[in-house]
Amino acid sequence: MDFLTLVQVLDSTVRLATPLLLACLAGLFSERAGIFDIGLEGKMLMAAFFSAAVAAITGNVWFGLLAGIGSSLALSGLHGAASITFRGNQLISGVAINFLASGLTVLIAQSWFQQGGRTPSLLSGGRFEPIELPFAIGPTEAAETGRRLSDLLSEANVLQQVYSELISGHSIIVYLAGLCVFLTWWVLFRTRFGLRLRAVGENPAAVDTAGISVIRLRFAAIAICGVLCGIAGAYLATGLQAGFVKEMTSGRGYIALAALIFAKWRPVAALWACLLFGLLQAIALRFQNIDLGGFVVPVQFMEALPYILTVVILAGFVGKAIPPKAGGQPYVKER
Amino acid sequence: MDKMPKWADVVLIPVISILLAALISALVILAIGENPVEALNLMVNGALGSTYGWGYTLYYATNFMFTGLAVAVAAHAGLFNIGGEGQAMLGGLGVALFCLYLPLPHWTIALVVAAVGAGLFGAAWAAIPAYLQAKRGSHIVITTIMFNFIAFSVLNYMLVEVLKPQGAMDPASAKFPAATHLPSLHDILAPIGIEFSKSAPANVTLFVALAACVFVWALIWRTPLGYEIRALGKSEPATRYAGISSVRIIMITMLISGALCGLMAINNVMGEAERLVLNATEGAGFIGIAVALMGRNHPVGVFLAAILFGFLYQGGAELALWSSIPTELIVVIQALVILFTGALDNMVRMPIEKLFLAFRKEKA
Repeated sequence: MDFLTLVQVLDSTVRLATPLLLACLAGLFSERAGIFDIGLEGKMLMAAFFSAAVAAITGNVWFGLLAGIGSSLALSGLHGAASITFRGNQLISGVAINFLASGLTVLIAQSWFQQGGRTPSLLSGGRFEPIELPFAIGPTEAAETGRRLSDLLSEANVLQQVYSELISGHSIIVYLAGLCVFLTWWVLFRTRFGLRLRAVGENPAAVDTAGISVIRLRFAAIAICGVLCGIAGAYLATGLQAGFVKEMTSGRGYIALAALIFAKWRPVAALWACLLFGLLQAIALRFQNIDLGGFVVPVQFMEALPYILTVVILAGFVGKAIPPKAGGQPYVKER
Repeated sequence: MDKMPKWADVVLIPVISILLAALISALVILAIGENPVEALNLMVNGALGSTYGWGYTLYYATNFMFTGLAVAVAAHAGLFNIGGEGQAMLGGLGVALFCLYLPLPHWTIALVVAAVGAGLFGAAWAAIPAYLQAKRGSHIVITTIMFNFIAFSVLNYMLVEVLKPQGAMDPASAKFPAATHLPSLHDILAPIGIEFSKSAPANVTLFVALAACVFVWALIWRTPLGYEIRALGKSEPATRYAGISSVRIIMITMLISGALCGLMAINNVMGEAERLVLNATEGAGFIGIAVALMGRNHPVGVFLAAILFGFLYQGGAELALWSSIPTELIVVIQALVILFTGALDNMVRMPIEKLFLAFRKEKA
C-alpha cells in the first residue's frame, strides 16, 4: 500500500466520520441533559429525506438543509413531548421515532416522486460541493492542464498529497462539523448555559431548587440535538451522496450512539471516536476481506467492530463509561 | 384507592391508544392522496377474507407472539430487551445448523430438536448482554442494540463463508432435508374435514406459540420464580432486602426472553423458508416491542396484539399489491402504536383518570 492510498483512505474516513460526528454531538447535548436519545437514527433519516426532497424541488441545497433541520426538529419536539412533558419512557419514544422516520420517508417519497421510495438524483446546485482550498490540487488544476486528477496527485510531493486529498476538497459541512466539536466543548464547559445543562443531567432537583426551569433546559438541549441531527442527515443525502434512498442512514445513528459511549460523553473524545469508527467504515469499504499474513479478517468483522468495541467499553473492562446520573428518568417536581 | 377501575386500565386505555394510532394512520393515507376506507377494505379482504389470507395472518402472528412474549417477560423484570431481532437471527442459525447437520428421521423429532437449537442459540445471544447488565451494570438497551448489529454480521459471515452451498450466488443455506418439513395448517386441518389454503405458510408452530403463551402466564403468575421476576421489576432494593439475587434473576429472565425470540425461528426458518436466508427475521424482533406494549405484557394481550399485527402485515402486503400505498405504511402504523401505547401513555391516561375521578366525586 503506497502513501497516496493511505491518504485516500484517511480522506474517506473524514467524509464518513462527519455524519457520525454531528449525530454524536447531537446525542451528547441530549444525554448530558438527562434525555436518552436512541432516535438519532430516525432524525437523521427524516432530515436526509426532506433535505434531498426540497433540494431536488427547489434546486437549492440551502433550502434543503433548512428543511432537513426543520423535520429533524419536529421529531425532536415529539420526543420532548413524550419524554419531558408526558414523562413517558425515553427509550420507547426513541424506538417509535426510528420506525416513524423509516416508514414516513418511503411513504412520502413514493407519493411525491414515484421512484420507489427515493428522491431524484440531485444536480450540482442541489448538493454541497467540495471546497477547493488555495494551492490545493483539485479538479480545476486537472481541467487547466488537461490531465487526469489522479496522475497530478500521484506526481505531487507528500505534503501536497496530504493537503490536497485530506485537508482540501471537502464540503462545507465537514469543516462545520469540526468547528462544532470546539463549539460544543465551549458551550458545555465554558458557559453558564452549559453548566446548567450538565447539572440537569446529573441532578435536576438541584437545578430546580436554584430556580431554573428543568423543562425549558431539557427542551433547549433536545432542540440543539435536533438541529445537529438535521445537519447530519442533510450531509448524508446532499453531501456524501446525491439524493435520498430508502434506509440510507443504515445504522449510523446507532454507531453515533456507540461513539458517544466510547467517548464517555465528552466532545473532543467524540471526535476521535467518530474518526475511529469512520476509519473502520472506510477500510471495510475499500478493502473488503483483509489478509493479515495468512489470516483473513472478514469484512463482516470490520463492520461489526464498532459495536463490539462499544460493548467492551460498556462492560468496563477498558476504562468505565459512566452515563449522566439522571439520564432516562423523567423529572417530577414533587413526589 | 385506585384512580380508575382495572378494566379501564386493561381495556379502555389500549383501545383508545389504538384508535388514536388508527386515526393518524388514516390521516397519513389521506395526506398521500389515497382513500383510507378503501385501504382498510383491501387490508381486511386480503388478510381475513380467505383461508389463504388467514394462513399468512396467523403465520406472522406466530412470529410476533414469540417476540412479544420475549419482550414481555423481560419487561416484568424491568429489563427492556430490544435485542429480539438479533436473538431471533441467532435462533435461525441454530435451527439451520441442527436441521442440516443432525440426522432427523421425522418432523416430530425435528421440531423438538430444532426448538432446542433455536432456544439455545437465542438464549446464548441474550446471555452476554444479560451478564454485562447483571454483573457490570452495562445498560442492557444499548448492549442488546449493539448485539443486533453483531448478530447480523455473524449471520452474514456464516451464510456467505460457511453455510452457502458451493456454486450458489445468494447468501442462503442449503434447503433443509425433506424429513424436517413441518405440517402446515392445511395438513393438520384436512383430516378433520376443514378446507384450508395449501400455499399459506401457517404451520404447527402456531400451537407451539400458544403453548408458549400459557407457559409465560404460568411462569410469571404461578411460580416462585415469576414472583421474583416481578419483584425485581417493581423494586430492585426490595428484592435485595428479601434475599433474592438480582444477578440470578436478570440472567434467568434474559435467557428465557432470548430463548423465546430464538424459538421464532422454527416458524419462519423451518416452517416457511425451509432454509436460512439473510433477512429471515424481517423486523419481527422489533414488532415484539409494539406487541408487548399493546398487550400490557400479559400473554392474553400479547396473543391478541400479535393477531392484530399479523393482520396488519398481511393486510399491508396485500395493500401494496393492489394499490399504490407501499408496505412501509405498516411501519408507520407500528411506530404510532409504539408511540401511543408506550411513550405517550400518560397523554391518554391523565385525562381519563381525571374523568373517572370527577365521575366518582359526583357520585359521592
